[in-house]
Amino acid sequence: MSNEFTPVPSTGPATQERSRNHFVAPLEETPLVAIDVVKVAEKPSNLWIDAWRDARRRPIFWISGVLILLVLVVAVFPGLFTSVAPNNDCQLALSNGGPTAGHPLGFTKQGCDVYSRIINGTSTSLTVGIIVILLTTVLGVVFGAFAGFYGGWIDSVLSRIGDIFFSIPYILAAVVIMSVLAQYRSVWTISLAIGIFAWPSTARVLRAEILSVKQSDYVMASEALGVSKLRILFRHVLPNSIAPVIAITTISLAAAIVAEATLSFLGVGLGSDIMSWGNEINQAQRDIRTHPQTLIYPSVALSVTVFAFILMGEVIREALDPKARALR
Amino acid sequence: MSSVSNPRRDAGAPLLEIKNLQVGFQTQNGTVQAVRGASLSLRAGETLAIVGESGSGKSTTAHAIINLLPGSGRITGGEILFEGRDLAKLSQKEMEDVRGKLIGFVPQDPMSNLNPVWSIGFQVEEAIKANGIATGKREIKKHAIEVLKEAGLGDADKRLRQFPHQFSGGMRQRVLIGMGLSSRPKLLIADEPTSALDVTVQRTILDNLDKLTREIGTALLFITHDLGLAAERAEHLVVMYKGQVVESGPSREILQNPLHPYTQRLVAAAPSLASRRIQSSSHSLGDLDYSAPRSVEGLDLIAAAEHRAELQAEAPQREDSIVVENLTKVYKIRGAKGDFKAVDDVSFAIERGTTTALVGESGSGKSTVAKMLLRLEDATDGKILINGTDTAPLRGKELLALRRRMQPVFQDPYGSLDPLRNIGNTIGEPLVTHNIGDRTSRRERVLELLEQVSLPATLSTRYPNELSGGQRQRVAIARALALKPDIVILDEAVSALDVLVQAQILQLLSDLQGELGLTYLFITHDLAVVRVIADNVCVMQRGRIVEKASTDEVFDRPQMEYTKELLNAIPGAGIALGV
Repeated sequence: MSNEFTPVPSTGPATQERSRNHFVAPLEETPLVAIDVVKVAEKPSNLWIDAWRDARRRPIFWISGVLILLVLVVAVFPGLFTSVAPNNDCQLALSNGGPTAGHPLGFTKQGCDVYSRIINGTSTSLTVGIIVILLTTVLGVVFGAFAGFYGGWIDSVLSRIGDIFFSIPYILAAVVIMSVLAQYRSVWTISLAIGIFAWPSTARVLRAEILSVKQSDYVMASEALGVSKLRILFRHVLPNSIAPVIAITTISLAAAIVAEATLSFLGVGLGSDIMSWGNEINQAQRDIRTHPQTLIYPSVALSVTVFAFILMGEVIREALDPKARALR
Repeated sequence: MSSVSNPRRDAGAPLLEIKNLQVGFQTQNGTVQAVRGASLSLRAGETLAIVGESGSGKSTTAHAIINLLPGSGRITGGEILFEGRDLAKLSQKEMEDVRGKLIGFVPQDPMSNLNPVWSIGFQVEEAIKANGIATGKREIKKHAIEVLKEAGLGDADKRLRQFPHQFSGGMRQRVLIGMGLSSRPKLLIADEPTSALDVTVQRTILDNLDKLTREIGTALLFITHDLGLAAERAEHLVVMYKGQVVESGPSREILQNPLHPYTQRLVAAAPSLASRRIQSSSHSLGDLDYSAPRSVEGLDLIAAAEHRAELQAEAPQREDSIVVENLTKVYKIRGAKGDFKAVDDVSFAIERGTTTALVGESGSGKSTVAKMLLRLEDATDGKILINGTDTAPLRGKELLALRRRMQPVFQDPYGSLDPLRNIGNTIGEPLVTHNIGDRTSRRERVLELLEQVSLPATLSTRYPNELSGGQRQRVAIARALALKPDIVILDEAVSALDVLVQAQILQLLSDLQGELGLTYLFITHDLAVVRVIADNVCVMQRGRIVEKASTDEVFDRPQMEYTKELLNAIPGAGIALGV
């Protein structure tokens, strides 16, 4: 026997082992473990539970979460934050005035309290955002799910409809719609005008996800069990495809708030009697050089809110993607 | 074993010597040690195989040699001496000179390791340029052609201009091997080079690899999970388990006399070895006098095969459960001339309570047959009778009744369970779908099923991502059994599992068959597994059944050339193994 092949054991007297041809590690070093033992963590976990565990460890999640919560509370209970009436107490004498006691951010051109107007405008901006994402999610999920799951001519028809809406820039479309509906301007019409052109991106994301999920063996196994097509879609395919939709929905809420502000700024948004950040910015633009504060404060409110939602969307996206989680 | 027989071995110091290697991966929960003090040595021109299950650290060890550890992996201790130089201490720049030039590498997956947007020629030439083997356009091209010729690709001239998608998996792997050897490295590392390929292709590729490394005198470090393959191809074996080397030495000796209990388990559970051993015993399985060593209880494939052979011999003749007559499936291909016949005039019958294996390589149409049986696809022509009933006209309630009697288990353990539904709901889904029992009785049935597949009842509130591949496959089996079917169609149900887990699942399937009188259609590409689980075999090639007979018949007296080729491709040939 030659001794040309000489692995040495990981521990122990290497020199002695070196000359041995057939090496066997002592059993104590690597005790045999039963094959395929069930090892489960203390608590159950799946995608959503894991995502929550991941998200709650991240400071950004808490920062954006607290900001969003604050904005929501402001929107629902503006009275908690200011007792100054935003419209009735305006005094032209105070037009574009600086901060005074009880009016920390000064006054608008009409002599109204800036701080109060921002607080009271929050609900408008947020309502538009929420109506828009409800609309885009419902339309996007219906179109995306049926197109992706059923395929064939259903997919062709639904996807082409989506493409038509997708090819029209939604701000431009909203400008046109709002100009036409000039006498009906309200939170609802502006939400409709934005939402009706914003849903195709949701539909596309969902359709792509469903196309890959429906190939899974568990879908085939359910089919072999005799589960109906529609039930497979709602029970198995949709829950497994919805994660990216949730992430983009959070971000599109931010986009909708921006869109409302943009339309209002352009003068085709909400009527000037409705308080919203967009309207505030619109009305302040004429005095931007002399009195920038009336423009800056509502802009900051807008930016912070949008920023919070975008951050939240990003955190959710990363938390729901196990690959992104592993890379961090 | 004598060193005189092989002059290449007389060289002095080892070419590669790994001493007490430690590799750790950085994760959120601290460092995970993937390799814990592995040592091995390899001389110039020798072949060494590292064998182990997934997670044993075999690939990590190989990747550490050329410092290609994935992600956050880092060498945390030990030495990797290559010609006396410690590779673990080299800088990035120095390492690049070693990689390719001195140490070649053949990756596992030929499908994703060639860039689809560049021609094969460009990629081979790139490797040649990078390693400075030749200079000048013409020289490089001449060299590239040589590389492809060596790798066994005819028409190398034309092939250079083709793109990866025009190559089959086997051809791509040949190209990668050719590239790996183009610079005449002293060492070639091949990480499961053939695990993604068909068995017959595997054989020719490995023959070619063998021949080339022998001619050039390159040492080969070969990583595989198949002990039979390792023993057939390498002079030396290193068995890794949980990041450590548990046994190493000359292949033959380890196979014939495994000393570490883990190695003993591997030897007992490797289908290729079991199949070879049954074959070499020249007894029929029923007469085999064999008792398994204690350390491998419940894993020994020969013991299991023997047991089932005895049971089947005692059983009386039964009626046919499945009859397939002249089954044909034609796919229309858009743009192509003519149609594609995936299944061509296939007929077979399966007796109740027995197992028939449908064996074939990828594209042979075996899975399409399964889908037609399950009514997931409609047949173009031919008939399928389940317990005497033609299935084609069944609709609605009748179809649901058919589904109740016949259930599938699929290959991919990671795709066969809905990740968002807990195990209890997954196993209970068939009961809900077919409206069987109420909430409490369903719950009881789920727990009973979990016990049948040897999983703890606590799993019913857990989700699939907490389970291993083998455990998921058990859940899939439990789901298939929920409706008390009499037929189970196993489509490559054990192919993706590690050998030990595979042996356990095979044992489970065999126990369940005895207990519940199940009829199995076992679809697989692995003839070795067939030897230990099936009563009858149908060999499929290009949509047709080329041979069908009892398992003993097919293994002892194969009639067709193709069957013989498949049998020869089972690794472990020519290794003397006692039963």
